[in-house]
Amino acid sequence: MDQTVDIVLETRALTRTYRMGEVDIQALRGVDLALHRGELIVMLGASGSGKSTLLNILGGLDRATSGTVCYRDHDLTHASQRQLTAYRRQHVGFVFQFYNLISSLTARENVAIVTDISRDPLSPESALSMVGLQDRLDHFPSQLSGGEQQRVAIARAIAKRPSLLLCDEPTGALDFRTGIRVLEVIEALNRDTDTTMAIITHNAVIGDMADRVVHLRDGCVDGVTVPAHRRRARELQW
Amino acid sequence: MRALHRKLLRDLGRLKGQALAIAVVVAGGVMTLILSVTMLGALTHAQQRFYASHHFAEVFVDVKRAPLGLVERLQNIPGVNLIEARVGAPVRLAVADFDDPVRGQMVSIPDGRQPTLNRLHLVAGHLPTVGREEQVVVSDAFAEAHGLTPGDSVEAIINGRRTPLTLSGIALSPEFLYQAGPTDLVPDYRRYAILWMNQQALADAYGMNGAFNQLSLTLQSGADRDSVIDALDLALSRYGGTGARTRHDQQSHRFLEEELKGQRAQARILPTIFLLVSAFLLNVVMTRIIRTQREQIAILKAFGYRDSELARHYAGLALLIVLLGWALGVGLGAWTARWMADLYAEYFRFPEMRFPIPHWALALSLLLAGLSALTGSWRAVWQAVSAPPAEAMRPPAPQRFHRTWLERSPLRHALGNSGRIVLRHLARQPAKMALSVTGIALSAGLLIMGAWQIEALDRMLDRQYRDIMRMDIELTFGDPAPTRAVGELRHLPGVLAVEPWRRVPATLINGHRRYRTGLLGLEAVPRLRQIVDEAGNPQPLPPEGLVLTRYLGQRLGVGVGDSVEVAIMEGHRRRLSLPVAALVEEPIGVGAYLRRDRLNHLMREGPAISGAWLLVDDNRRDDLIDELHDLPVVAGIGLMDEAENGVRRYLDETLLVFAIVFVILAGSIAFGVIYNNARITFAERARELATLLILGYTRAEVSRILLGEIALLGGLAIIPGWAIGIGFCTLLSEAFSNDLFRIPLAFSPRIFGLSAAGVVSASALVGLLMLRRLWRLDQVAVLKAPE
Repeated sequence: MDQTVDIVLETRALTRTYRMGEVDIQALRGVDLALHRGELIVMLGASGSGKSTLLNILGGLDRATSGTVCYRDHDLTHASQRQLTAYRRQHVGFVFQFYNLISSLTARENVAIVTDISRDPLSPESALSMVGLQDRLDHFPSQLSGGEQQRVAIARAIAKRPSLLLCDEPTGALDFRTGIRVLEVIEALNRDTDTTMAIITHNAVIGDMADRVVHLRDGCVDGVTVPAHRRRARELQW
Repeated sequence: MRALHRKLLRDLGRLKGQALAIAVVVAGGVMTLILSVTMLGALTHAQQRFYASHHFAEVFVDVKRAPLGLVERLQNIPGVNLIEARVGAPVRLAVADFDDPVRGQMVSIPDGRQPTLNRLHLVAGHLPTVGREEQVVVSDAFAEAHGLTPGDSVEAIINGRRTPLTLSGIALSPEFLYQAGPTDLVPDYRRYAILWMNQQALADAYGMNGAFNQLSLTLQSGADRDSVIDALDLALSRYGGTGARTRHDQQSHRFLEEELKGQRAQARILPTIFLLVSAFLLNVVMTRIIRTQREQIAILKAFGYRDSELARHYAGLALLIVLLGWALGVGLGAWTARWMADLYAEYFRFPEMRFPIPHWALALSLLLAGLSALTGSWRAVWQAVSAPPAEAMRPPAPQRFHRTWLERSPLRHALGNSGRIVLRHLARQPAKMALSVTGIALSAGLLIMGAWQIEALDRMLDRQYRDIMRMDIELTFGDPAPTRAVGELRHLPGVLAVEPWRRVPATLINGHRRYRTGLLGLEAVPRLRQIVDEAGNPQPLPPEGLVLTRYLGQRLGVGVGDSVEVAIMEGHRRRLSLPVAALVEEPIGVGAYLRRDRLNHLMREGPAISGAWLLVDDNRRDDLIDELHDLPVVAGIGLMDEAENGVRRYLDETLLVFAIVFVILAGSIAFGVIYNNARITFAERARELATLLILGYTRAEVSRILLGEIALLGGLAIIPGWAIGIGFCTLLSEAFSNDLFRIPLAFSPRIFGLSAAGVVSASALVGLLMLRRLWRLDQVAVLKAPE
């Protein structure tokens, strides 16, 4: 691995076990991974491969059962809830599969809910125009299409200028055309900012637009590949 | 405004039905608190001001007749501050165009000037002029009732002679704030008057020249009241003194104090119950609202919102709801207080009564309401906020279900699928179900309390005026008369039956407990004024011993078989010890009864009577009253149906109004609890219901699940609600027990029926609203949305 790359986030021997109802689930079984500054990384895996669990731990939403997670020189492994909150507040942006917009707030307000608590945010208006929604500022989620809602969610995530953008199946609830439009937005943002972006998906095609693809299987990293021909988002097809 | 605040307001807007339901409960608590405290403050304040500015006396004595020269000697009793003697006498009046008998009280004032004690507050006109013996000042309520103004005249029957009187003025007095006739419970302003006349004129009319029969005085600060009273009693016993009384035994003061006591009890009990119920409701509702926002909370946490920020946010939601209820309660409280003020002005004649809402009451109610919001929502908020965000974002694990015991019982075939779903849902979270049932049961209990008040008041009056007081007319004689008067009365037109009675003022004493009342001597088997057992059956009087109202027995701490000391305040003043032969339930008034022949014997007198009760042929009543007017022996004529109407009107206007407000509040609470429950159930189950619809269930079939749960919760709450209601009523009945009346703690099936009907109809209404929601449910949209 190139020694000059700037590592933003790094995990070692990460495991996570949790109880779901009456069964124990071992979601992660020793994951070693490093995310580089400014790269677009795609984590591929089938349902149950542990990719959402990994994303939650990377984003400071959850804690590992064992192993270490470091953000730059901060050890997140033993961070308190308060420190994890501060980490998310300052450095991480999230995009979820089901957008998770707050239905009682307009597009602008959904972004404002994040900019309100950020140090040096973009204005909600400019974040929304970066995703092409400058004309839909005062629409409520129920008045927006699925793709538009997901773009609001992306605007909300990038408005704080995060160093890390984590996207959990961002196209999972969208049709093909809308999905491509959302990926284009992510691609453009990756090009124009030096935000590290991680997309988790079960859709192998999306890997073609990544700098690197991490394959997850059964809670382990099954291999890391670099696409031979990195393709533009609008060239993807599934 | 920050986006989070905006979300708060929008959430509130979305929850408006539920929020309003809680706000109404809070408003009920705040309203009762504000109302009671305002009334209490206004009455107390008006009382204190009027007493102080018009020198209300502290000790009162009635004597038969004592020389005015004695006053100077009494002034020297250590501890006496101001002292004033006067002449007072009962009087009968005739007012133009008014046929019913009017009773009155004549009181003398120093010629041409205000008395030193119990000064008059003139509303119109002036005091009687010196030397004008026909001039009187009349009580304002009486003047108002008959539309009298200064210059008008009335006729008094003084010593059997019709004497015309002219009104020189109209006045209020601290001594007669509450102007009920001597044997009445509530004022009847058309039939009872106070007249103030120059001392000389009144003394001439009643042959009291150089003498007095009433004495009022104030005490020096730090004086020993009891020793002053003992000294007065000693000095006045040979002049026929009936014992010095403190304000506590002064009729007007006593009634006012009882009213204040009731208000105080009300100020404590009702708001407490309402605020507890509202804290409880907030708890139930906030817990469930917050659960539906589980995901939003997780998202906000993912963005980096701190636990404390989110806790404040959700606590803010609870506080906003409560604040809304508080404002509503303050508004309603102020409005009802103003309205009650007019009512009280009717019964308590103060020169001015102001009704400012005390600032501390605003602050206290706000504090209590806020506390109920926080205690109610704290746990829910904290649980939601402290869950790790990743956990909150995962769909909740499939909840554990079990077969319920009902499904193993033979009833299982009757259940059907929807029944099974309802049962398993409720059985899965027994704590949640218990909370919901408790909430509904509390409101059912409030309904019992309201219904009980309405019915118990009616029952109380029926007992008093149907079972106990069966006479039509009560005649009071000026002086004890021989029993042959009965024979004369029997021959008057329209008289169907006559029953004589003897009443002697007395103080009952047991150790340090004492109660001033009268011994009422009745026939061996009284028919017109019965002594009844608990079931309302008439009882003969025991040949020996006293029969006491149970309340009096409790006040004195004596039971059947104990002895009570009786200090007689008339004639030969004696102290004797009499056994208590029985206690009787009498809801109104406080009495001590014995056989009249025994009382005559104790008084060492012949068969004397103080008055008589008449049963009258209604058609000839007016003729009879005309005849009675001309009997010199009759000092007062009381019409029982008027007295009953007066009491009913008084209770209707005061307690009953409260009770009705109460039933309305309780009903809205029942609706609020059930509605909130159903709304949340609906939100929690929308996906499941939509799934069933897609699987091919009809909306009618699916609605059975929803309605089944509403019906089951309501049904389970009814009986605990009754128990809670009985508890509330016991509290209230104890708080409201006083000398005037005791609300009997009896419950008819109707009360329970009403409470159940309240729950059932609230459930039915909610069921309809939920059906509307179900019919509008877009099953596809529900299933598409994330869990």
